[in-house]
Amino acid sequence: MPVVTRQGQPAWRLRTPRTVLLAWLVWFLIVAVLVWSWQFVSERTIWAFVADAPRQGGDLMARMVPPDWAYTAMLWQPLWDTINIATLGTLLAIVIATPLAFVAARNTTPALPGLRALALLIIVASRSINALIWALLLVMILGPGVLSGIIAIALRSIGFIGKLLYEAIEESDAKPVEAIIATGASPAQMRLYAIVPQVMPAFAGISVYRWDINIREATILGLVGAGGIGLELMASVNVLAWGRVSMIFLLILATVLASEWLSARVRAAVT
Amino acid sequence: MSLGVLRIEALSKRYGRDALALDDVSLSLDGGEVIALIGPSGAGKSTLIRCINRLVEPSSGRIWLGDTELTALDGRGLRQVRRRIGMIFQEFALVERLTVMENLLSGRLGYVGFWRAALRRFPQADIERAFDLLEQVELGAMVDRRADALSGGQRQRVGIARALMQTPDLLLVDEPTASLDPRTSRQIMRLITRLCGERNLPAIINIHDVPLARRYCRRVIGLRQGRIVYDGPADDLDDRVLTNIYGEEDWDTQAATETETETDEGGV
Repeated sequence: MPVVTRQGQPAWRLRTPRTVLLAWLVWFLIVAVLVWSWQFVSERTIWAFVADAPRQGGDLMARMVPPDWAYTAMLWQPLWDTINIATLGTLLAIVIATPLAFVAARNTTPALPGLRALALLIIVASRSINALIWALLLVMILGPGVLSGIIAIALRSIGFIGKLLYEAIEESDAKPVEAIIATGASPAQMRLYAIVPQVMPAFAGISVYRWDINIREATILGLVGAGGIGLELMASVNVLAWGRVSMIFLLILATVLASEWLSARVRAAVT
Repeated sequence: MSLGVLRIEALSKRYGRDALALDDVSLSLDGGEVIALIGPSGAGKSTLIRCINRLVEPSSGRIWLGDTELTALDGRGLRQVRRRIGMIFQEFALVERLTVMENLLSGRLGYVGFWRAALRRFPQADIERAFDLLEQVELGAMVDRRADALSGGQRQRVGIARALMQTPDLLLVDEPTASLDPRTSRQIMRLITRLCGERNLPAIINIHDVPLARRYCRRVIGLRQGRIVYDGPADDLDDRVLTNIYGEEDWDTQAATETETETDEGGV
C-alpha cells in the first residue's frame, strides 16, 4: 500500500518501506553469490595458462591468416550438403509441426481429451534436445551421413516451429472465427478461412527464421558425422590445417549472411 | 406460416454461476419483419441473437426457425440450419487478409466441400451472386481489394453482402453501427432495412442508438437484465418506456442530440 498519509496529506511512493528493505536484501545476496562464485572459479583456474592466452590466441590467428583459397574447390560439395540439410530438415519440420500446432493451440484443438497434452509434450520434448545431440543419436542409429543431419534438424525444429505457430494461432482474432462458424462452415473450413489467413505472416516469418538458424546449426552437425561442412572443419582442425579452417569460417560467414538476407526479404514480403 | 418465421420460447442463458444473462425470453417474428433490439450494455442483446444461431449455447428454452427446432440440433444438422441464418457484426468480423471476393464467398462455405473451399473453386452461380451483391452494396470496384484496405463503412457493406450470400431466411445483426460515424451509421441502417425489404427478409437488429432504432424499425423490443420489458411499435417509445428499459434519465437531452446528429453532414 504505497499511499500513506503524512501530516494530513496523502503521499505516494512506488514501494512501501518494507519492500524497499527487501529489495536491498536481494541485491546484497546477488553480490555475495557473485563474489563467492568468483573465488570458486579462481581456485580452479591455472592462471599461467590464462596469462599466456593473448600470445596463444595471436599465434593461432597468425597461422590462420592466409586462408587456403585453393581449398574452396573441395568445399562446394559439403557446403551444398549443409544447405540441403538445413532446407530439407526445415521443410520436414514444417510438414509435421503445422498440424501439431493446430492440435496444441487452445482455440483449434480437437475436442478429444489428452490430445492437446500429447501435442504439447511432443513440442517440449523436441525443443529440449539440441540438434547436435539428436545428430549424435541418429548417427548411431542411421549411420553417418546427410540423412542423419536432415532428421536431426527436423526433430529440433518441430518444437520450435510448433510452439511459435501455436502461440500465433492462439493470438488470432476470434471475431472472424465466429463469423465463419455462423455461415455454417465446417470446423476444417473455419480453420482454413478464419485462422490460416491470420497466421500466414507469422508462419512465413517463423519458417524462414528457423531455416536461417538451421543453416548455422547444420554447419556444426558434421562434427558428429552427420554430414555437411562440419566434417571438413573437423578434419582440418585434426590435421592442424589452420589455413583451411579459416577458409571454412569465411565460407560459413558468407552463407549465413546470404541466408539472413534472404529470410529478411521473405519476412518483408509477407504482411 | 402463421406461427412466424422465428419463434423463441422461454429462452434462458446463464454464464457459469453468474446471474441470468437471459431470463425467460419469448418472442416471435413474422416474415419480412425487421425488429430492433434495444437495451443497456449487458442487458443480454448480444447473448440473445447468438443463442439463435447457437454461437452461444442456451441454458434452457426452445427456438424454431420455420419448422426446424434449432435447439434440438447438433453437428451437421446445426451447420445446415446456420446456413439459413445470416449474421452481421459490430466490428465487421471480416477476414482481414482475404480479398473482398473471398470474404463474400465465405458466406457459401456451408454449401461447398473442404477442397473446393481451399482451392477457391466456388460454383459459377456463387460467383455471379457475389458480383450481383457487390453492385447492390456499391462495392463493385473493390472486388480484388483486401478487406483491411477498406474503410469502416465499406467493410460493413462487405459484411452485409457476406451475410446475404447465404440467401438466408433470417438475418441477425449485432450492433451494426457501433463502430461507425453518424452519417455512415445511417447509410448502413438504410441499406440493411432496404435489402431486407426487397427480400422480405426478417431481421433482428441489436442497436444502442435509440433514434436509429426508432427511425428504421417499426417494431422494437426492449431488454433489461435479460428480460423483455417492452415489445411494441417504435412510435410508442416514450420517456416512460425508455426509463423502464434503461433506468432514470433526462430523455430530453437524448432528443436534443438526436436533432443535432440529424443535421450533421460531417463524417466520411
